[in-house]
Amino acid sequence: MATKEPEIKDPMIDPRTGEYREVAPGHTFKSVTEKISRIVLTPHTPLGWYFGFMLAGGFVFVLLTAVTWLFLTGVGIWAISMPVAWGFAIVNFVWWIGIGHAGTLISAILLLFKQGWRNSINRFAEAMTIFAVICAGMFPLIHVGRPWLGYWLFPYPSTMNVWPQFRSPLLWDVFAVSTYATISVVFWYVGMIPDLGTLRDRATSKFAQFFYGTLSMGWRGSVRHWVRYETASLLLAGLSTPLVLSVHTVISFDFAVALVPGWHTTIFPPYFVAGAIYSGFAMVITLAIPIRKFYHLEDLITMRHIDNMNKVMLATGLIVAYGYSTEVVMSYWYSASHWEYFMMWNRMFGPMGWSYWVLITCNIALPQLLWSRKLRQNVAFTFIMSLIINTGMWFERFVIVVTSLYRDYLPSAWGTYRATKWDYATFVGTLGLFTFLFFLFIRFLPMIPMSEIRMLLPQAKMRREAEPQLEAGD
Amino acid sequence: MAEREGTYGLLAEFETPSQLVRAAENAYAAGYRRMDCYSPYPLEEAAEAIGFHKNEVPLMTLIGGLLGVGAMFLLETWISVWSYPLNIAGRPYFSWPAFIVPAYEWTILWSGLSAAFCMLAVCGLPQVYHPLFNAPNFRSGATSDKFFLCLESTDPKFEVAEARAFLESFAPVSVVEVEY
Repeated sequence: MATKEPEIKDPMIDPRTGEYREVAPGHTFKSVTEKISRIVLTPHTPLGWYFGFMLAGGFVFVLLTAVTWLFLTGVGIWAISMPVAWGFAIVNFVWWIGIGHAGTLISAILLLFKQGWRNSINRFAEAMTIFAVICAGMFPLIHVGRPWLGYWLFPYPSTMNVWPQFRSPLLWDVFAVSTYATISVVFWYVGMIPDLGTLRDRATSKFAQFFYGTLSMGWRGSVRHWVRYETASLLLAGLSTPLVLSVHTVISFDFAVALVPGWHTTIFPPYFVAGAIYSGFAMVITLAIPIRKFYHLEDLITMRHIDNMNKVMLATGLIVAYGYSTEVVMSYWYSASHWEYFMMWNRMFGPMGWSYWVLITCNIALPQLLWSRKLRQNVAFTFIMSLIINTGMWFERFVIVVTSLYRDYLPSAWGTYRATKWDYATFVGTLGLFTFLFFLFIRFLPMIPMSEIRMLLPQAKMRREAEPQLEAGD
Repeated sequence: MAEREGTYGLLAEFETPSQLVRAAENAYAAGYRRMDCYSPYPLEEAAEAIGFHKNEVPLMTLIGGLLGVGAMFLLETWISVWSYPLNIAGRPYFSWPAFIVPAYEWTILWSGLSAAFCMLAVCGLPQVYHPLFNAPNFRSGATSDKFFLCLESTDPKFEVAEARAFLESFAPVSVVEVEY
């Protein structure tokens, strides 16, 4: 085969297609199983893991402190006030939940499109979704002021005979986010059952056998089970796809249904969804690059994955750029409303105009470098770019929330916004919590789906006519 | 439940998926029905070979989804029209377009939960004990890199010596008798 393209030397490039492979050549069912399960079942936890885990744990402590102080004193410790009643909490909520969306995109939408390359990154992208949703879900809950009454959000027969108001997008959010969290956990867990069975069978310590044995629920790989399992996975993927699109749409309704200039716009749903996927892919890259390096997974998370994720970022980044330009055109020219006109002028050149230009630089200007194939396949560059995009997407939400609110209609009602140390502590704390949960995940659960990688191997191809003796030599 | 004794079945181990499927197809053609294949990744061809077609999961998912959408839409209507009518900016009590969003989310929630839990239920999981785990080579291979065909003793055609000879004609790595 190599005679056609003699110049290709890199074994990671498939000579037939000229593209990077999804799995390095030479892997067998056994080697894949061993490589992935060893990370979990090893009795020697790497020192680096302890270091990262402790560091993240320290930030979890920051979060606990911030939340405890918040509960003791109330939301006044944050910078939220009139007119900016939605500050960091909502910015962080939207940012985190957006990050989660890439996990669902990878696990669901790319499964429906039969993108084989998703197989090695989908498990930890899904884990990322769940941990991001945990971080996100916390914010509205602690933002309500009396979080111990959070159950009032749900329709339940109370002695007060009071029910929620179903015409409000804020209530839609409750259903969207709680459904999203539930379905993500179920999809993640169902996807993990066969791999947990593998871990159960390979575990040597009594505790690990019991732990993975319980979690795997007695999975034994019967092909009857596999058929139903595949159907359920496909259905869950098919259900998660409209779900993930609806979640950020509903979140954008929180803004778009309000009459505040800068919020009241119909471009929000698609542009929120694209932005969510954009930031989520950036976060997948931020996580994948150190993990593949640390655990030497370059032959399972290959250049193909990094290149493809960069392409998705480039594409969604352009959709987001289209969203931004639509906002500008609508408010400067088409709306013919001087409130809208002023909002956009103030957003760009007002006292907080810097945040708008940070956003444009991080989300639109710099990511254009991803057009270059050479840079897309440069791991260090990609890592830095993913951090830049995550920053940019955080600023996007900051710009939407704060610069729309602090100067709306009446100049006498204008104010400003300056985050307090508790705002920062809570945000940094959720970053710590996210990392903390992720460290636990990579240590105790299989972060790459073994069963799905096995399907990508050449040995999994059926050769009916050949005799068994001939097959064994391949 | 009475304790069962004796042979659960004969378990043949194969190196490759193609060998497994060939053996399974022949076993089905030879008249064996109570049998199952075990593979470390989804192997549709093997399921077809042993004549497995009935799949209840899609129907259960549909039923779950319909129950979800119905339950939430009726709940919203009942709350907003009868139980706790609120006048919000003069909008009608029965604001069905606004009710679509939670009903939509519950469609997905209940169909997703139905898909996952019905899949487990019809597979008979969680199942703590299974005779196959007694086979020495099953646990080291079935969830990792080996392919198994098990002819079960409950099959009317099953007879140990005959079944063993039948399985061995497909050049398996091993054929072991599995106890209950």
